[in-house]
Amino acid sequence: MNELRILSPTAILGYGFPMESFAEGMKRKPHVIAVDAGSTDPGPYYLGAGKSFTDRNSVKRDLEIMIPAALEAGIPVIVGTAGGSGARPHVEFAVDIVKEIAREKQLSFKMAVIQSEFDKEFVKENVAKGNISPLFPAPEITEADVDESVHIVAQMGEEPFIEALENGAEVILAGRSYDPSVFAALAIKYGFDKGLAIHLGKILECAAIAALPGSGSDCMFGYLHQDNFVLEPLSPLRKCTTLSVAAHTLYEKTNPYVLPGPGGAINLHESKFEQIDDNKVRVSGSRFVPTEEYFVKLEGVRRVGYRTISCAGVKDPIMISKIDSITQSVKDRVKNNFETYGITDFFLDFKIYGRNGVMGMFPDAPQSAGDELLIIIEAVADTQEQADTICGFARSTMLHFGYEGRIATAGNLAFPFSPSDCKMGEVYEFNVYHLMKVEDPKKLFPIEYVQF
Amino acid sequence: MEYNLTDVASVIRSKNSGPYELTFDIIFKEVEMYRKVKSAQVFNAQMFAHLYHIPESQIINLVHFDPAKAVKITIVRPIPSGALGETDVYGAQQHAPLMKMKFTLS
Repeated sequence: MNELRILSPTAILGYGFPMESFAEGMKRKPHVIAVDAGSTDPGPYYLGAGKSFTDRNSVKRDLEIMIPAALEAGIPVIVGTAGGSGARPHVEFAVDIVKEIAREKQLSFKMAVIQSEFDKEFVKENVAKGNISPLFPAPEITEADVDESVHIVAQMGEEPFIEALENGAEVILAGRSYDPSVFAALAIKYGFDKGLAIHLGKILECAAIAALPGSGSDCMFGYLHQDNFVLEPLSPLRKCTTLSVAAHTLYEKTNPYVLPGPGGAINLHESKFEQIDDNKVRVSGSRFVPTEEYFVKLEGVRRVGYRTISCAGVKDPIMISKIDSITQSVKDRVKNNFETYGITDFFLDFKIYGRNGVMGMFPDAPQSAGDELLIIIEAVADTQEQADTICGFARSTMLHFGYEGRIATAGNLAFPFSPSDCKMGEVYEFNVYHLMKVEDPKKLFPIEYVQF
Repeated sequence: MEYNLTDVASVIRSKNSGPYELTFDIIFKEVEMYRKVKSAQVFNAQMFAHLYHIPESQIINLVHFDPAKAVKITIVRPIPSGALGETDVYGAQQHAPLMKMKFTLS
């Protein structure tokens, strides 16, 4: 085989794609349709709560087009990081959608479901054996951290996908996957160069984001050869340029020359990007360098509590000039008020938009205040009820707080909504982001087959 | 001569690189300007730490990437993505100080 063709319909399953682009992709006779369905970008909530950050109807819409087209062409559909985070409930979310499509469209095919969630006991055994090390700058892991985690998933490489393909799977739904694996698996199975296959996968996983103009909801096509690969956007509105493709290599990475993944890293020091016609780019020279031992990346989150917020505006120039001392006084008052009542363990924060709301994580960077502020009062506590109590009390205290120099004595806050407070539900944070040494990259990710 | 970074760059952006890192990309319009900026070491750890008021030890990586005419700086995220105190879960709006940046080339 001299050329392997891969269709990437969209950057994230559920983000959609134009039918015209998809049809152009199918005309080019792809050997596989692959799509990445997840990311840690939306934050820790989704992994913790077991919910998808993409909408069910949007995911169904995309699969409903991809699966019948692939079955008709006799090629596999591979979905990685199903349900957005890849833990068991997320995979279940995707399985349920595929079952519905198979039933409604009366389709017949073999599906492989690959799980990536690890049991806590298994992870703890590995902590004890010293097999788990933090990915800088995450802290060291303890058995207590593992116990606190709600779900722990591991990013699989291409190996479980290859096994599922060898067993005749026509649709593969996988849990947490290293993004390029779903694109590279078939190519590696056929013996194509792993460095090129993974580098191509790295670009295809974001579909048309690597084109100009970029889009997360349009298709990209990849042609893999023995010593290079070619990228082609499928909409006439877009072009791949050496710059758009090279620039994409930077995106969301620590170092563009060395891109680590399961079992090794791709090295781009010798990579060449060439414009071969108006809208296509050829890439060569990327190499896969295996690590001596095989590591997979673990991701886990723990529940921190429950959140309630209240949003309000401030226009009074005297109040704006004293905002820091006012928020501090309100915090002190809240703390004092509930100490005797036994509510002491809570997080109360004021995000102040118009000053440093967006860049609050850099507290020492210079700030400037506009002539109006939006304040988000945020309370996180052990229960939703306590979060409501803390947020509500902070809001009423701030509304009537008699700061020094105050001349507007009717109220300090402009509320855009009634009710003013909003329950945000469970709050999670990442507590596992580590590498785990494994002996067999396949058997940790069990595969089940379903025949429709 | 003094330059505004916004005049010579076509892309200035920030984004998470995983939940524990923030990464900044600056892509230049012209290869000539990119080469000058690279050889004059306009972007260095000291300058970047100063711009964001963070210790230099928080800078994980600063690399020039010729194929994209780009400079990439990766730092320790001041708090992990989504942790209490978060203001930008995706890290996509932390680039603003770079948009006001000026530099001098002789």
